[in-house]
Amino acid sequence: MQLDARIPGGPLAEKWDRHRFELKLVNPANKRKFEIIVVGTGLAGASASATLAELGYNVKTFCLQDSPRRAHSIAAQGGINAAKNYPGDGDSIWRLFYDTIKGGDFRAREANVYRLAQISNNIIDQCVAQGVPFAREYGGLLANRSFGGAQVERTFYARGQTGQQLLLGAYSALMRQVAAGKVKVYPRREMMDLVLVDGSARGIVVRNLITGEMESHAAHAVILATGGYGNAYFLSTMAMSSNVSAIWRAHKKGAYFSHPSFVQIHPTCIPVHGTYQSKLTLMSESLRNDGRVWVPDRAGDKRSPNDIPESERDYLLERKYPSFGNLVPRDVASRSAKEVCDQGKGIGPTGFAIYLDFKDAIERDGIDVIRKKYGNLFQMYERITGEDPYKTPMMIYPAIHYTMGGLWVDYNLMSTIPGLFVLGEANFSDHGSNRLGASALMQGLSDGYFVIPYTIGGYLAGTVLPEVDEAHPSFEDSIKLMNEGIAKLLSIKGSRTVDDFHRELGHILWEYGGMSRNESGMLKAKELILGLREQFWENVMVSGSPGEFNQTLERAGRVADFLEFAELLIEDGMSREESCGCHFNEAFQTEDHEALRNDDSCCYVAAWEFNGPGKAPTLHKEPLVFENVELAQRSYK
Amino acid sequence: MSENINLTLKIWRQKGPNDKGHLETHEARDISTDMSFLEMLDVVNEQLTVEGKDPVSFDHDCREGICGMCGTVINGLAHGPERGTTLCQLHMRHFKDGDTIVIEPWRARPFRIIKDLVVDRSSFDEIIQAGGYVSVNTGQAPEANSIPVPPEWAELAMDAAACIGCGACVAACPNASAMLFVGAKISQLALLPQGKPEAAKRALSMLRKMDELDFGNCSNETECEAVCPKEISITNIARFNREFLVASFGSSEK
Ligand SMILES: Cc1cc2nc3c(=O)[nH]c(=O)nc-3n(C[C@H](O)[C@H](O)[C@H](O)COP(=O)(O)OP(=O)(O)OC[C@H]3O[C@@H](n4cnc5c(N)ncnc54)[C@H](O)[C@@H]3O)c2cc1C
Ligand code: FES
Repeated sequence: MQLDARIPGGPLAEKWDRHRFELKLVNPANKRKFEIIVVGTGLAGASASATLAELGYNVKTFCLQDSPRRAHSIAAQGGINAAKNYPGDGDSIWRLFYDTIKGGDFRAREANVYRLAQISNNIIDQCVAQGVPFAREYGGLLANRSFGGAQVERTFYARGQTGQQLLLGAYSALMRQVAAGKVKVYPRREMMDLVLVDGSARGIVVRNLITGEMESHAAHAVILATGGYGNAYFLSTMAMSSNVSAIWRAHKKGAYFSHPSFVQIHPTCIPVHGTYQSKLTLMSESLRNDGRVWVPDRAGDKRSPNDIPESERDYLLERKYPSFGNLVPRDVASRSAKEVCDQGKGIGPTGFAIYLDFKDAIERDGIDVIRKKYGNLFQMYERITGEDPYKTPMMIYPAIHYTMGGLWVDYNLMSTIPGLFVLGEANFSDHGSNRLGASALMQGLSDGYFVIPYTIGGYLAGTVLPEVDEAHPSFEDSIKLMNEGIAKLLSIKGSRTVDDFHRELGHILWEYGGMSRNESGMLKAKELILGLREQFWENVMVSGSPGEFNQTLERAGRVADFLEFAELLIEDGMSREESCGCHFNEAFQTEDHEALRNDDSCCYVAAWEFNGPGKAPTLHKEPLVFENVELAQRSYK
Repeated sequence: MSENINLTLKIWRQKGPNDKGHLETHEARDISTDMSFLEMLDVVNEQLTVEGKDPVSFDHDCREGICGMCGTVINGLAHGPERGTTLCQLHMRHFKDGDTIVIEPWRARPFRIIKDLVVDRSSFDEIIQAGGYVSVNTGQAPEANSIPVPPEWAELAMDAAACIGCGACVAACPNASAMLFVGAKISQLALLPQGKPEAAKRALSMLRKMDELDFGNCSNETECEAVCPKEISITNIARFNREFLVASFGSSEK
């Protein structure tokens, strides 16, 4: 299949306007004749569901949690970007666009990113109108702060709980449409399969997580907003239920998967401290505004941090990147942390940690100012580690945090399956090979509030769709297959738990597909994953029965998908003969150990086609064309 | 410093809504005091699975104290002994070697038990549907800075908006009242200019819904405030009462 991104013609700044004019419209009275399925109630799914319902469509919305308000987006801390330029410090739509393209190391589409920057301002307006309590200045106007990868203050925030407040805003809009009878929400449901009729997405099969029953839902179009797959690595900052299953199953039905290996490793997380650990906790990037990153100069220096004099400390980011200092993008900061720890300068019991120190900030601004800015984060840190960051520096280390990869979508956010749209973290679209802080919330809400309402109309108005309901045989066929899969998992009755397999998979991916990758390591990972997958299907132990509330069975299904997907992640990493953003292949680096892109042969979007179990996938390439920005070596010096 | 401790757990087991349920005793051995409470339960569940037994079902997701999914009653206290802390953020360093810990689900009329420690809190969504929003469609919003909000109000609104909807307040209340939950949402929106136009209607409608769903009345027991992991203040209930009075006397909404 020839990939067509359907990028509108004309000058960059006019593309979206022009496209909205060219898209066909669904007559207001006809909207109620269309059913739309939305899987996911994070920022992307909740905002899309509410807006589509406001327009008059009938919406069915699904999520794993007991309430849509609990989607993973709720955990986002630091903030959301917009090009309002309220501080008057030189920001503009163009600068937000440029920073995002550059931050992504030039591996995203210009047209998509420009649209994102344009829409960013509408998002803030919308959220404020909903009653999102953003931080304010003394005069009552909105406050901004800076975030990694930018030299302007463009981040809007609600204490350290921005994701919570934005999600509750979108959730309230969604609840309003439920009350209006335009949305029906199905919580505690897991999407098991995408149902195609004549090659188009026409419904889904879900498992009711309370009763274990399979349910069919037909629609005219399906939207996936199911979030990221960072939990393939077992330990990550993502919610425990975050998974690849929904998009992986769609992939197996024909949706191409882009950049599975582009996984963001966030520099400031609480370090791993035990084998029992179930997840890692993020310490917001905003801390790098005031915290200084350092390690002892001398490898193996075990003195307590307050005993190490200034002259024997290495403030590594300030030394290496004088102009951005502690505010370099995440991929750069994470690799620097790994580099010093690999040299033996890491601190803490494991040696895999570095300091984030607030002493100077406290001396400069006073403890009250620091408490006001970061109080809840400091409290969270103390609760988890038992140490007081007002007195001793925090210990941090990078952790898996976000996935830039996801299903391939065109400018309309439609996948390679007609009628299947993908929003938010689940698609690949806007962040290239590295996402800048505070731009995932922006993208999720842009996709949901302001893009899909237009583009899905274009699809529905321009496509002849035969009537399909739940009685269509495709649903029954799918349910049969899904039940067989579940029966198989329960019949193995082996001796290793699901978590045990998951943990081992995580180790393999972290070791060979993490912050630094090389050819032989990735080959080894492929072999190990294959072996682990075989063992899983021979020796996993899943207790209970299919027809009940069964959390082990839920996890087993997700881990089974991770075990298949992990191979594609590694394959994608191997196929890209360059380093870019988060993807650091040791064979491609500058003299200073920075990522070295290969713009001659790697300026493309990788889109993988599934060819059947056990068969090699096919790599399709969508060339990335840069007409408005010059491809430069990223420099934060 | 971290050490390893042994504990006796008495955990509520209940197969489904219609099962009677009972407390079951399990030993938790070699538990690191660095673990979170849920990680301790993970260890117990791994053990049960290996022994071919049914692991304990419990709700959880973010494990960061923000999604509101987790929550059980620990030795009679919702979310356990630490103030202002969700169960997932409660760490084992707050327990001693040899302790016995009783773990039970939220118990409140409007929250049906689904299995073991898992309950149905969909009534909270229904309360929000009754008016916990500002009626603004996507695209209708004015420019963000055209609505200035005094920072003190924004801060108070944020204090109320921090509610994670976990249900601990209801579980702790002898009357199973949802007043703290409802009061927090009404306060947040009543404090902001955006929420003012609908304030009266909202207060009446949400209260009516709360009654309809079988939540009890507030008799100022203040247990809710004591267990709230986000330390939402009961002044929000007072503010709600004010809104309600204004609404009942001063508006056409009845
Ligand atoms: C700790 C943390 C802090 C962050 N802070 C920031 C920040 O400050 N700024 C920023 O811009 N970004 C931040 N991010 C990133 C950002 O939060 C996410 O990228 C974004 O919220 C994803 O939103 P989403 O709507 O795409 O998906 P999610 O919020 O992940 O929602 C996924 C939804 O899909 C549902 N779902 C998933 N699988 C299935 C299935 N199989 N069946 C049915 N339903 C399913 C889930 O139930 C859920 O409702 C942070 C991320 C983390 C982990
Ligand atoms: S698991 Fe999310 S609040 Fe505890």
